[in-house]
Amino acid sequence: MTENVMNNPASIIETQDVSMIFGGLVALDEVNFRVEKGSITALIGPNGAGKTTFFNCLTGIYTPTRGRILFKAPQPEGGDQVVPLRGLSPDKVTTLGVARTFQNIRLFNNLTVLENVLIGCHCRMKAGLWGALFRDKNTMAEENAMAEYSYQLLEKYGLSRAVNDLAKNLPYGDQRRLEIVRALATRPSLLLLDEPAAGLNINETRELKDLIHLIRDRENLSILLIEHDMSLVMSISEKVYVMEYGRVIAQGGPLEIKNDPAVIKAYLGEE
Amino acid sequence: MPRDFTTGINWGREFKSSFAAALWMCLLTCPMVAFKINAAENTIDYRWNYLIYVAAGTFILSGVWRFMLARRDYIRQSKAEAEFEGPAPDAPRGPAKTWVDVVMSSKYRNQGIGVGLLVLASLPLWASPYTINILITALIYISLGLGLNIVVGVSGLLNLGYVAFYAIGAYTYALLNHYFGLGFWVCLPLGALASTLMGLMLGFPVLRLRGDYLAIVTLGFGEIVRLVLVNMGDITMGPRGISNISPPSLFGLDLNKVVKPVLLEWVPTMSPNLDLNKAFLFFIMMAVVIITIVVVFRLENSRLGRAWLAMREDEIACQAMGIDRTRAKLTAFALGATWAGLAGVVFAAQVTFINPTSFTFMQSVMILSIVVLGGMGSIPGVIIGALVLILLPEYLRAFSDYRMLIFGALMVLMMVFRPGGLIQSVRETYVYKPLEGGAGGEAKK
Repeated sequence: MTENVMNNPASIIETQDVSMIFGGLVALDEVNFRVEKGSITALIGPNGAGKTTFFNCLTGIYTPTRGRILFKAPQPEGGDQVVPLRGLSPDKVTTLGVARTFQNIRLFNNLTVLENVLIGCHCRMKAGLWGALFRDKNTMAEENAMAEYSYQLLEKYGLSRAVNDLAKNLPYGDQRRLEIVRALATRPSLLLLDEPAAGLNINETRELKDLIHLIRDRENLSILLIEHDMSLVMSISEKVYVMEYGRVIAQGGPLEIKNDPAVIKAYLGEE
Repeated sequence: MPRDFTTGINWGREFKSSFAAALWMCLLTCPMVAFKINAAENTIDYRWNYLIYVAAGTFILSGVWRFMLARRDYIRQSKAEAEFEGPAPDAPRGPAKTWVDVVMSSKYRNQGIGVGLLVLASLPLWASPYTINILITALIYISLGLGLNIVVGVSGLLNLGYVAFYAIGAYTYALLNHYFGLGFWVCLPLGALASTLMGLMLGFPVLRLRGDYLAIVTLGFGEIVRLVLVNMGDITMGPRGISNISPPSLFGLDLNKVVKPVLLEWVPTMSPNLDLNKAFLFFIMMAVVIITIVVVFRLENSRLGRAWLAMREDEIACQAMGIDRTRAKLTAFALGATWAGLAGVVFAAQVTFINPTSFTFMQSVMILSIVVLGGMGSIPGVIIGALVLILLPEYLRAFSDYRMLIFGALMVLMMVFRPGGLIQSVRETYVYKPLEGGAGGEAKK
């Protein structure tokens, strides 16, 4: 397929004219969008602008009505390959290297913190039914390696003292953090955060900002976030996209966006 | 501060509520209890004293009920308070241990299990044939419960037609035996395989369903299988069923003719009425249950099992973690059905006569009750649940009139006081063992 070419070779993900139509409602209208490799990009917009729908299209929960989503998937042998994501199921998308968190936390509440992260490792593990039944050497080695990897990950991001607690018993801020760590366990190259600061207080938001920076630098990934907290968005992101009624109405650096008349109009209305 | 839950009780109010409950119950039962039409003399007998019994009984039960509720709330609250204050610095973190964990982690665990197994294995030498027979039934239900537990308890897919797989296993053996003369040992894997395939077949159409919708479809599936068995009279003999199913063979040895006289001579405690084929089946079923326990335990604590748990907890998040939902669902249905198939084959060999009435919706409900009563997702819970629900009715034959009443009351009480089941499932804890050189080692406990 010759069409699977990115407009900009520095992108990690690109959408080309992506539209999502529910019945008569145009939730996304020819969205052209890209995330530069290694950057932190933010997607903002008033409620109902289609931001979460866009996330759901990227991660395979919805299949866009039209358009192309191209993702630069790292190959196991090294190097990248551009793959179209449209039409893939969510688990395939995750396996390719796109991980996400959810607006309303979706942890596995009745499982322990470590198990939550271990489930994140699922797509990087191989053991099948026979491995589970016979517990051969390879399976056990893999189990232990993944348990250790999960523990290290939790330790790195400050959750190791709670490994055996049930996820639902964690404080809210830690639950948000655990959701991010769980997403990291899938070893993504692109991390999508859906309103990571929702419900956090000022201190927790500041910690979250550090965490996002830390993750980008340490794990060597690109981050795309939806957020309503403007101070967080403006201080953290290198590029901002603004959506309204399913269309991208502005894009650019945080400063440009702040002064963009279309954005001001969308948020505050016209004089 | 030593404080117990009786301090906060407002006795006057409690007394009033119990009194009201008693009065209400009197009104409710008055027409049934107090008046009796004497048909011979065409008069009405008034039995007011019965009403007094009802009132007194309700008054006491209502008091006990609220006493238990108060106790439960008190325990919950003190737990919450303890959590609020934070654990003692040296308190072990992680989920609380149940008595099963205490037993299972004790030093003498292996010896204990060994002795228990020996006692069980020696049962045919001294127990009555009746006991052996109902123990086989109990073991069959343990196997069924553990199989359903994979589907309902671990994967969170409510299956109300589980008995269909049990029927398929039983009929696989019965039909193959009847028409082709195939023996028990050939049919055991075939029955399991047939059920597994049916599990996959049921799995495909319900991939997109969950919750109530899934329950209804599986309920329908169970009924379809039963109705097919009833109506395909040419093959399945319909409601007349299939009789003379052969018992399992042991290298072609006739146990009752060859082994029994020898055993009777040497073991004076053995019952002369015992059918050794049943005893053999008892051992087979013990083996099946042990294998089931090992397999289910291993599955639960594996990559696949975690995928099931994730699916139970949140289907969307589970997919976002890279879990193939289709595969997870199909394997759960298929592997759950396998155990029902095995149990079905053994059941057919046990009763030697099967017909569709053995596989009604009530059986599905029974198996589901075992899982719920025992504790969803908990292996020891399901075992205890099966023993309680199968053995109690057998040994309480005297109360057989009230069986369903007691059963219902038990269920209500369980859901109020122990919603997690008799033995709640406890997640495995991990212990972190640091190694030298900053590297970490992780080991399962």
